Amino acid sequence: MTLAATLVPLQAVAFALVALGAPVVVLTRDPLRQALVNGVYGVSLVCLFVVLQAPDPALSMLVVSAVGYPLVILAAVARVRAERRGRAPREAAGKQDDSE
Amino acid sequence: MSRRVRIALLGPALLGLGALFAWAVAGLPAFGDYRGPYGDLLNKVVVPLRHTTNVVMGTTFDVRGIDTMGEEFILYAAIVGVTLLLRDESGRRQVERRTRRLATDSVRLVGVVMVGGGLLVGLWLIAFGYITPGGGFQGGVLTAGAILLLYVVGSHRDYRPFRNEHVLDPLEGLGAGGYVVVGLAALASGSAFLTNLFGFGTPGKLLSGGSIAVLNWASAIAVTVAMLLLFAEFLETYVTPLEPKDAGS
Repeated sequence: MTLAATLVPLQAVAFALVALGAPVVVLTRDPLRQALVNGVYGVSLVCLFVVLQAPDPALSMLVVSAVGYPLVILAAVARVRAERRGRAPREAAGKQDDSE
Repeated sequence: MSRRVRIALLGPALLGLGALFAWAVAGLPAFGDYRGPYGDLLNKVVVPLRHTTNVVMGTTFDVRGIDTMGEEFILYAAIVGVTLLLRDESGRRQVERRTRRLATDSVRLVGVVMVGGGLLVGLWLIAFGYITPGGGFQGGVLTAGAILLLYVVGSHRDYRPFRNEHVLDPLEGLGAGGYVVVGLAALASGSAFLTNLFGFGTPGKLLSGGSIAVLNWASAIAVTVAMLLLFAEFLETYVTPLEPKDAGS
């Protein structure tokens, strides 16, 4: 049995993981949790690239899904939440001036 | 638009898209059946011609080196865009912040080990990028990520040197500009832009690939610093409003 043939079951498993993971990411509603689930989904894509014998895209996917993308998402989530938190008491107090 | 109208529109659209998708998938070559000539050609040609055992890097930094230069400047433009968008909101950046230190020592210990490990793996990915899988982009992002972990496990003060734009900006220029300079050096020597200038060395050794090694390091610096600039902008804009209590206001 050749190497390519032994890889077929692994490839099937990796494809199945990716196919299962994608809807899970979409169905997660909380953005913070979604960022983490998306990271796990990224790792499943990394596994897929590895069993398809593409190490360079696997490494790119790894750093993007583990370092770059979650940070951007977390930054945006933190920003929006902070703005929402900062605005809420001000509106409750009857919209005082913003200049301080 | 009411819900019913939207669903009525969605139905036919999904059917049409599904039909087109099914048609496209049916016309695909069989799984694993590669037809393009370029991949086969590069696999045959790159190692004998350029002596880089990672054919992907021989391709990105030599065969299509000018495309990679464009990609590098796409990242550069993206960072410039983010910086312009997030820059300096009403003098907030002057506020000195104190971040909460992580509560448990064990978490900090693991974090510190990850900083060292991440840095090492990142530098290894860069340095050996044209020999084994890796390269300037992957290694650069990982290196920057490891440095950012310093902020997580340490404090704002520990991280301060890595968000100092007076250090980062020239380095970013060095990385992005260095790539172009290597290309122009080839032009000055009388050959085409980005022609490989140096000897190709021994395949499988660090001294191989000629200009590829230099271009790899230039793009690694550009990517690492670009990510650090991105983190710095994000930290400036979103950490401050998160911690009004800690800032003692």
